Amino acid sequence: MALAVGCRAHPGKGRDNKTGSWRVFKPLFDHEKCSKCGTCQVICPEGCITEDKEGFFDPDYAYCKGCGLCAEECPKEAIAMKQEEK
Amino acid sequence: MLEITEGSMAVAEAVRLCRPQVVAAYPITPQTHIVEALAEMVANGKLDADYITVESEFSALSACLGASAAGSRAYSATTSQGLALMFEVCFNVAGQRLPIIMTIANRALGAPLSIWNDQQDSISLRDSGWLQFYAEDNQEATDLHYIAYRVAENPAVQLPAFVCFDGFILSHTYEPVDMLTQGDVDKYLPKFAPTERLDAADPVSFGMYATPEYYLEFRYETDKTLKDAKSVIQAAGKEFGKMFGRDYSAMVEGYQLDDAETVIVAMGSICGTVKDTIDDLRKEGKKVGLLKIRVFRPFPSEDVAKALKDAKHVAVLDKNISLGAKGAVALEVKDALYGSSVPVFDYIIGLGGRDVRKNDIREVVALAEKGKGDQFIGLRKEVL
Repeated sequence: MALAVGCRAHPGKGRDNKTGSWRVFKPLFDHEKCSKCGTCQVICPEGCITEDKEGFFDPDYAYCKGCGLCAEECPKEAIAMKQEEK
Repeated sequence: MLEITEGSMAVAEAVRLCRPQVVAAYPITPQTHIVEALAEMVANGKLDADYITVESEFSALSACLGASAAGSRAYSATTSQGLALMFEVCFNVAGQRLPIIMTIANRALGAPLSIWNDQQDSISLRDSGWLQFYAEDNQEATDLHYIAYRVAENPAVQLPAFVCFDGFILSHTYEPVDMLTQGDVDKYLPKFAPTERLDAADPVSFGMYATPEYYLEFRYETDKTLKDAKSVIQAAGKEFGKMFGRDYSAMVEGYQLDDAETVIVAMGSICGTVKDTIDDLRKEGKKVGLLKIRVFRPFPSEDVAKALKDAKHVAVLDKNISLGAKGAVALEVKDALYGSSVPVFDYIIGLGGRDVRKNDIREVVALAEKGKGDQFIGLRKEVL
């Protein structure tokens, strides 16, 4: 996509900013340990964790900044933060 | 039609003919007469524009930024400390690619406080992304405003421009100036028609943030656009010459250059004094010439290198200094001539309104011929 002259942008395009590139640590969700409580989804400041058909939760890595709050709060310690090489 | 008029009045009249829709400026010596005249024109109904009175230069250029983003032709004028106060806004205007034209009545920067002329103010904004034109006389100062708007608003450019003319030396001097008519200017300068503008019905933001993945590319594109503007400047100058008889297609202008052994490089009103001195020196058999730089940004490196390639000595007059290094013009000229064997000497001259006389120019020529330079001219050793 060509750059907009003068860095101009129309509103409602926050989703265009894929903040996943900011991440240093990547949360890895272990469904074996998960109790489907949904704490991770509630706590995620980016709002990028969604529930699937079976009731498990997963982040959208295009937007996950790797803050680690989900891993910190998970009562089952089902989320591991792993350093990511890009 | 030829009119005997003060430089500031001539510039104000030229600006009026450009039909700016928004004027926001804060008075500061020696720019004051320009904005006073424009305020009067608006008050008397001679200029159909909104004149926004503001509390500082920062606000003045900020108001112009908003007006230009909203699709208006915007104008401001300032100098010295006023321009320094606009520093942040200047970068934003260029980064948002808004074609505002601002007259700079060049003046020294404090401290110590000085209201007199040199070119430190606009030179200090050389990295901001604005085009920079420098006028030798008031005819050129007025003509460059029409050209500046035409170039700046060209869709391939979309960048702001300074039109610089020396404070007091030009701004307060009465000279004959050939003023264009409104019909002439309307033919030369089409209405400002930006592709995007602030509009509540179709919202858009200007100058959004760029993450590290994008910022470098934005800077690259602005730099490339500024460099590519050379051809737009040349075409606009040529068209001006065709329509009104004064050709501004060249970004640099030579005087007695063809066989010159010592070439002086200068910008602005000092070129007049240099030309007179050259006339005297030529009568004495000395082969001296002048290369006048009219456009400092984008810097016409190729033109400068071509014009100076056969010179034996190049003497650059700088009415500014990058403290701790050299004068800004000399640094550019040296860069343009890098790899050649032409010696370039820098002379810091006329700072803070110090008169530059023919004898000073003679001294510069004599020093350059002896291979001496990179120094101040006219230092009063008794006070040091």
